[in-house]
Amino acid sequence: MATSTRTRESGPAQRRSAFRRSRGDGPFRFASTGAGVVLLAIMAAIGVFLVVKAVPALQANTSHFLTELTWQPNATEPVFGIGALAFGTVLSSLLALVIATPVAVGVALFISHYAPRRLASVLGYVVDLLAAVPSVVYGLWGVAFLVPFMLGPSKFLNDYLGWIPLFGGDTVVGKSMLTASLVLAIMILPIIAAISREVFLQAPKMQEEAALALGATRWEMIRMSVLPFGRPGVISAAMLGLGRAMGETIAVALIFPATFKISFQILGPYGNSIAANIANGFGEATEVGRGALIASGLVLFLITLLVNMAARFIIARRKEYARAAA
Amino acid sequence: MTVQTGIQPISAARRAKDRLVQVLVYLAFALAVIPLLSVLWLVVKNGIGRFDMEFLTHSMRNIGARDAGGGAYHAIIGTLEQVLLASLIAVPIGLLTAIYLVEYGEGGRLSRMISFFVDVMTGVPSVVSGLFILAFWILVLGMPFSGFAGALALSILMMPVVVRSAEEMLRLVPRELREASYALGVPKWRTIVKVVLPTAFTGIVTGVMLAVARVAGETAPLLLTVFITDSINNDPFNGPQMGLPLYVFDQAGRPTDTAINRAWTGALTLILIVMLLNLVARLITWWRSPARRR
Repeated sequence: MATSTRTRESGPAQRRSAFRRSRGDGPFRFASTGAGVVLLAIMAAIGVFLVVKAVPALQANTSHFLTELTWQPNATEPVFGIGALAFGTVLSSLLALVIATPVAVGVALFISHYAPRRLASVLGYVVDLLAAVPSVVYGLWGVAFLVPFMLGPSKFLNDYLGWIPLFGGDTVVGKSMLTASLVLAIMILPIIAAISREVFLQAPKMQEEAALALGATRWEMIRMSVLPFGRPGVISAAMLGLGRAMGETIAVALIFPATFKISFQILGPYGNSIAANIANGFGEATEVGRGALIASGLVLFLITLLVNMAARFIIARRKEYARAAA
Repeated sequence: MTVQTGIQPISAARRAKDRLVQVLVYLAFALAVIPLLSVLWLVVKNGIGRFDMEFLTHSMRNIGARDAGGGAYHAIIGTLEQVLLASLIAVPIGLLTAIYLVEYGEGGRLSRMISFFVDVMTGVPSVVSGLFILAFWILVLGMPFSGFAGALALSILMMPVVVRSAEEMLRLVPRELREASYALGVPKWRTIVKVVLPTAFTGIVTGVMLAVARVAGETAPLLLTVFITDSINNDPFNGPQMGLPLYVFDQAGRPTDTAINRAWTGALTLILIVMLLNLVARLITWWRSPARRR
């Protein structure tokens, strides 16, 4: 009774202050803000703790970390460097990107502009399923099927296109940089396709219809209105894919021949990556060995961080893409 | 699908180009589906042979690489415990962060920063999250290798996925619902708990399931934090455990046919779990989507 009379007398102003004073509000606001800050703290902590554990190993290193090619951190005189590993990571990821992007853009166009409306979302889901297959299963599939399968095409490339340095070399094997890149390409295809699809779907309908009304064919319409609109989105999607490919571990750990050599002969028995080396080398690592692997992980973290931030920056700059970023 | 202007027919060259691109686009889709079919076919074909009760109820204790038999019971238990623990950590933090971004952030500096870094966090390689837990939890704090350490690493991978999906769902809740609740004098936090969250509930559940499906198949972080064992260890807080992805990796690395067969069956079990989670999540979305009710 008393409360009801009081609110009636004091009116809306009193009500609003009562609303502000609710006891649960402060703690709840604090908790949700805190959770957000925890997320930021985790990102910072990742960097800090990797540095903390990498430094002692780097000090024990008897060679230069950035230029050395070999990886023998478990020896009594540790010698290790990121050179060959970083090279392998970058080369395999770029190859994967070159293979995956055109296909992914085709898939995205297929789902956004070619497939029958009713089927489009189901077909899109089928492509998304590619991302649901665990990495280790791709690795198993790669070793059992793709490695022997790639021997034929690799020999063919080497025989007829051997004059291109990339396909040159005297030995051709299935466990090569090319096979690993192909598996990476399959794994990053869904993310590139998904983001490109969202971007293409947001292309201005009016422009598309105007182009068609002026007599453009479907391809001309896509080239004139959809692709120019979607280009920044596709670029950032490709960069996100690049980040994924660089961090991909288990699948390539099973396929790479784990050598420490810089070679552009992608059909030969060469190839390794930072992530694969961590998975393969962790089992027998000594204390310095673990520190060395953590140091290499730090390099990987920084590279992927840069690539991802650049990609996100491109998406964030364009408001129309807001939905696609999720 | 050319549009006839009625004035001039479209030239043969333009029509041919249009056709060509159409063929290429269809081809791209086929090219993307082939590996999926190939993977699924091989996993089912090679995995079905050992997919029996012994596989589901026995561990690998005292079973060498050459021996037939053995199973993944210890790995299945490990995966379930690790993923459950990871969800218990990641879901509250992720959900609260999403609530902050939607309800409290109001586009301020902090909220924009958190939003940006959540996006960047989705790109953290799984092996790096494993290395971080190795450096922080095991090497600096001196904790043992355990299922819980693995769960910590997995939770880092889950968080950004949960935040993004929950955020999207919370934004879909109509403003009017919140305003109606405020107008009745309900404080903000009760409005969020009693009105906003229940409205977005199914969407959030779907997002969590997709996040779980994503981390259930992760191998690299587990390799660095959970280690590998052939025995059953029901306690995720003590001693090395196993996980299904780890089991596949471990068995695939042994050079005998019996071990490789176990790896395939492990892969089949893993894919069944992950695909089932995915499928159920999509079905819930489809079930609840407004398009279906029209």
